[in-house]
Amino acid sequence: MLFTPLWKRLLIWAVVALGIMGAVPNLFYTQVERHNDALSAMEAGAVLTPEQEADLGLWPGVLPSAVVNLGLDLRGGAHLLAEVQVTDVYKARMDALWPQVRDALRELRAEVGDIKKLQSIEGVLRVSIEKPEGMPAALAAVQALSEPVVTLTGVGQSTLDIRADGQQIVIQLSEAERSATDGRTLDQTLEIVRRRVDEVGTREPTIQRQGTDRVLIQVPGIGSAAELKELIGRTAKLTFNRVIDRTNDAGIPVAADQALLPSTDEEGIYYLVETAAVVSGEQLVDSQPSFDQDNQPAVSFRFDPAGAQAFGDYTAANEKQFFAIVLDDEVISAPRINEYIPGGSGIISGNFTSEEAMRLAILLRSGALPAELTFLEERTIGPELGQDSIDAGQRAAIVGMICVVAFMIACYGWFGAMASVALAINIALMFALLSVIGATLTLPGIAGIVLTMGMAVDANVLIYERIREELRAGSEARKAIAQGFDRAFSAIMDSNVTALITAAIMFYIGSGPVRGFAVTLAIGIITSMFTAVYVTRIIIETWMSLRRPKTIEV
Amino acid sequence: MRLRLVPTTTNIDFFKLQYATFGASLFAVIATFVLVATMGLNFGIDFRGGTSIRTESTQVVDVGVYREALTTLNLGDVTISEVFDPAFRPDQHVALVRIQAQDGFEAVTPEAITAIEAALRSVDPAITFPSVESVGPKVSSELIWSALFAVIAGALGILIYVWARFEWQFAVGTVAALLHDVIVTVGVFSLFQLKFDLTIVAALLTILGYSVNDTVVIFDRLRENLAKYKTMPLREMMNLTANETLSRTIMTASTTLIALTVLLILGGDVIRGFVFAMFFGVIVGTYSTLYVAKNIVLMLGLDRSEKPRGGAKGEFANIDA
Repeated sequence: MLFTPLWKRLLIWAVVALGIMGAVPNLFYTQVERHNDALSAMEAGAVLTPEQEADLGLWPGVLPSAVVNLGLDLRGGAHLLAEVQVTDVYKARMDALWPQVRDALRELRAEVGDIKKLQSIEGVLRVSIEKPEGMPAALAAVQALSEPVVTLTGVGQSTLDIRADGQQIVIQLSEAERSATDGRTLDQTLEIVRRRVDEVGTREPTIQRQGTDRVLIQVPGIGSAAELKELIGRTAKLTFNRVIDRTNDAGIPVAADQALLPSTDEEGIYYLVETAAVVSGEQLVDSQPSFDQDNQPAVSFRFDPAGAQAFGDYTAANEKQFFAIVLDDEVISAPRINEYIPGGSGIISGNFTSEEAMRLAILLRSGALPAELTFLEERTIGPELGQDSIDAGQRAAIVGMICVVAFMIACYGWFGAMASVALAINIALMFALLSVIGATLTLPGIAGIVLTMGMAVDANVLIYERIREELRAGSEARKAIAQGFDRAFSAIMDSNVTALITAAIMFYIGSGPVRGFAVTLAIGIITSMFTAVYVTRIIIETWMSLRRPKTIEV
Repeated sequence: MRLRLVPTTTNIDFFKLQYATFGASLFAVIATFVLVATMGLNFGIDFRGGTSIRTESTQVVDVGVYREALTTLNLGDVTISEVFDPAFRPDQHVALVRIQAQDGFEAVTPEAITAIEAALRSVDPAITFPSVESVGPKVSSELIWSALFAVIAGALGILIYVWARFEWQFAVGTVAALLHDVIVTVGVFSLFQLKFDLTIVAALLTILGYSVNDTVVIFDRLRENLAKYKTMPLREMMNLTANETLSRTIMTASTTLIALTVLLILGGDVIRGFVFAMFFGVIVGTYSTLYVAKNIVLMLGLDRSEKPRGGAKGEFANIDA
């Protein structure tokens, strides 16, 4: 006779089977990892080397192939927390604005008199005018330079915050524009950092925004934080060059003042360009995805005054010619100059999808880091130390498991053995869940697993102690077991929910290894509840129905 | 024959020495505040800022020589300590060099690290640097606050949950017990000047979880008994409850301590502080479950006049088949 309905038992065994399947790849970690690397290379469209082909065969594709991510403290690598100096950008914007303000006010010379730029704190432009009575006109003229802010939250606001202070005009970025700018600065920084880090081709770097002005960068496998800093800090070189020829022959003769550069997106195409740049990335103020006159996705850009001058002159002289946009010695785009482009802004149109336009705009902006990075935190962990930690963790886990199992069997006999089977299933389920959700296993996380072994049996202990009480009270075996499980449930639930609360708080507040620990702990709590309450129960019930013992000793 | 840690039936009076035990707990909590105020905590770089370099060499570590090599660099406060671990190979000698945060820099400059590494390499050519960690003062002060906030938020979350599931007296008792555990653990770290870093905070939060787990199991049983024996005096009933669940309390503490002991010995030196905090916390947590939480509920008293008592508020008891 059985207590748990068949469908429920099947469901529980199905979950257990899935869990064990999901955990198995972790036993063959390196093989599965190499298989996964080769697979993702293939999916990215690369032609596999014979070595990668062999890697692909290391693990059968039909089996689950998710493995836990190893944290930096286990794999080794570098961790950086950088603060983006967003105010740098305010200053640059104001510096760029001054010539425009000057020109606008000069046109009003009769009303406002002489104008002068005053010393001011960074990011604030102070201009004094000679005639106070001309202030309204001056303000109106400056106001005309302000544009509506294009963000969801900044609707109705304009980019500049302009006020009169006696005989001075005080101009700074408006609140809405500042936060919009901060957002862009961060996005740009992330994109640049990502591009730089991807260049070294390490596995699974983490590049994340933290808070309003911070960037977290974790790169496994890199030698040191200093190396990583150098890599990120390197300035990207962006130039606009004259195109002499477009070819698919990499061997054509190149003159002294020319260079043959590969195209980024057209395989096998090379551009012969003049080495001397028409304008360079430092002169680019802004670049945004937009649409051309045919409503096709395009990218708009704007140069600073000097760049505008140079670019205007060049386009006037070279209508219908091509020019190349070169980033780090690769041609990212080679548009044709349709007509003279005055004012230092223009549109690059091509066969873009809106996504490509967005990407190109970011790339153009991402020539150099938009603002300085200050490093608040940096950590380097050597791969040997990580390996030592993994070894220590593994040893502790195996010995811990054996000790807990021995103790459980000593105290509860056959029932302890059944709880131990559930404990083993619990560990498998934990690994399966960690793998599936792509959680990162850290050293405290391994400690969390070992700790879970100790704590996971708590629910079993509660149940067994309850069964013993029921038996002492004279209940017959099957009833005692059912009562034990049911009566203990409320205590198990309460104690686990409170433990989950602390895990959730650790996750939200903690960072790095602490977060990893919180995830492991939370998963351990959930899986241990499942195995203690359901798996142990059906194991015991199955044993009872097979052996039909008259009396039991727990 | 089964191993029995606790006899089948016990009849321990947990209130017999209530003044002594409660006094001892109170003393330990006050002593912690005094210790932290006078001796302070040995903050790791997470909370103090600075740089921590782990060195490894096949040669024996001589702290004095290391210190001498670094004095010329004018780095301010430098702490060097040798690290021991049973898992180390015979020719594996590890030390930790800690340097205070340098004025005017958020994180240590690469030049400074290069200089330190060069200085140490000059006294020991075989030295390697398995880890270099640097935290700026800005982040470290934030980390202190977020750590404190984490512990308070954890306690508050538990307070609310226990209050919702039981009576407010139980919530107060539970939270008093777990704060006691966390505070006394911090006291031990202060007394022995053990390194206190971010992972210790994670350990404290785990202690919070363990301690509450332990306490709630007893309260759950107490609630059941309150419904069962309507007239039994509270004190007697609490003793009955604690005795009934004693076997489980000791069993769970034992399995957890077994796992932690293994970790303490085999888990490596990197997490030893973390494991020690939990080890100590489990012991204190078990003690406070038996001697602090209930005592406070007894002191506060329970209003037993109203009938379907506590449990009615969304209990799982009616799950009984």
